[in-house]
Amino acid sequence: MNWRQAVAAGVLAVGCAQAVAAPPSPRPGSGEELTGTQCVACHTADYIVMNSVFLTSAQWQAEVSRMRTVFGASMDDSTAAAIAAYLAAHYAVAAAP
Amino acid sequence: MRRRAVIAGAGSAMLATQAGAAESTRIPADLPDGTQAIAEFADLPGKRRLLRLTGRPPNYASPIDVFTEAVTPNDRFYIRYHLPGVPSDGDMDNWSLSIGGDAVTHPNRLKLSDLLDMPSNEVLAVCQSAGNRRGFIDPHVAGVQWTDGGMGCAVWRGPALRDVLKAAGVTSGALEVWFGGNAEPPGVATPPYRKSLPMDKAMDGDTIVAIAMNNAPLPLLNGYPARLVVPGWAGDYWMKHLTAIEVSQSPLNTVWMREVCRVPSGLFAAERPFPSQAAGTTVPVTGLPVNSVIAEPLDGDEVTRYGFDIKGVAWDRGAGINRVEVSLDGGRTWQDALLDRPLGPYAYRRFILQTGPLHPGPFRLLSRATSLTGDKQPVRFKANPGGYNNNVPHPISVTVT
Repeated sequence: MNWRQAVAAGVLAVGCAQAVAAPPSPRPGSGEELTGTQCVACHTADYIVMNSVFLTSAQWQAEVSRMRTVFGASMDDSTAAAIAAYLAAHYAVAAAP
Repeated sequence: MRRRAVIAGAGSAMLATQAGAAESTRIPADLPDGTQAIAEFADLPGKRRLLRLTGRPPNYASPIDVFTEAVTPNDRFYIRYHLPGVPSDGDMDNWSLSIGGDAVTHPNRLKLSDLLDMPSNEVLAVCQSAGNRRGFIDPHVAGVQWTDGGMGCAVWRGPALRDVLKAAGVTSGALEVWFGGNAEPPGVATPPYRKSLPMDKAMDGDTIVAIAMNNAPLPLLNGYPARLVVPGWAGDYWMKHLTAIEVSQSPLNTVWMREVCRVPSGLFAAERPFPSQAAGTTVPVTGLPVNSVIAEPLDGDEVTRYGFDIKGVAWDRGAGINRVEVSLDGGRTWQDALLDRPLGPYAYRRFILQTGPLHPGPFRLLSRATSLTGDKQPVRFKANPGGYNNNVPHPISVTVT
């Protein structure tokens, strides 16, 4: 079967453009661009904001690692480290004492 | 005093929908903070006013107020995708379903008309994501922060999977049936979404290839034109846009079976275990734990001191619901709710409790269900790294005025 694939946002925008607000943009900072290209290639930044209120910087690092090892995100070590650092700086909570 | 009754026949009018019941338009107060910041009600093709949790992959929750009814309408039924690729209606013009694998003698390919010609089965069943209610877990677990809306109950119709497989000739060496659906978009390296079932669940007459939902074609975003329906098991197995079935002598080895949707062995009772996918210290999520939800009133509502109705639904993996209790005081004391008649083992069972007059002030409402096999919603979450199978009663805060 040779389905034409459409990125969901494109398909879903048909007929409902007014109802669907733009997804959140990554917060400004070093690593923002890499996050925009690497993470947002597969999912909107909704996922980042949604989990930002409770993930610590160590947990963000684990999430980035999981995206590579389980879900096939093809980024090198330095890119992964830059993204984890960006998420830690802009979307993490402090670890419990 | 025990006050429990089963409402049957004409008595069920008591639970009937009031025409024009108000639909909530506010973002639920009990969404976790990060989700509050992004969630919005949205309309999509064939869908009306769902709560968008993530735009891509599309994950849209049903609003809680739909769960005053035993059947969730198609346009209010939740949407859950694991990957960003969503086919369009046009992609399905030449849809077909391939049947193959090393445990069939006659691989074949079926068209939609072939499925229509087969004997048809119909089952009223809850489709609920394994991660439903993850957003209520404390401490939080990473993932899509579903609260109550990652589920729905519909009338699914289509041929039984065992009839779909009949012409292919399943051999005695068959171990699992593998399922494939929507293809992946270009540039996404994530492994394709593939799931499998053990033979006994696959060959159960209630496991069907659904081509209709609530007497209409499946909405695109619920798997048009055909999806697998696995009553009693987590929605993660209910492959949407089903295109490929393989009957296999070996276990399916994909991240979707081996890495996600798994829980520690022995943590949850499994009526029907999945031994070929047990590995190390974990097993796949399978049957739905007994659960219930209060759909009216909503969290944050003001209610009248003259008394009000507490309504909702309860469900489980197919044993059936025996009892629903409701608490007005955060779980200190419980009263039996009235149960509507059962609509089938895999369906929602509605409940209602009519309160008496109450003193003004804050109240914390809870519901807890018990199944016919004696399973009861627990006090504490059975902690697991993926945040699956949360069936702890969830408090609804209301103010009596």
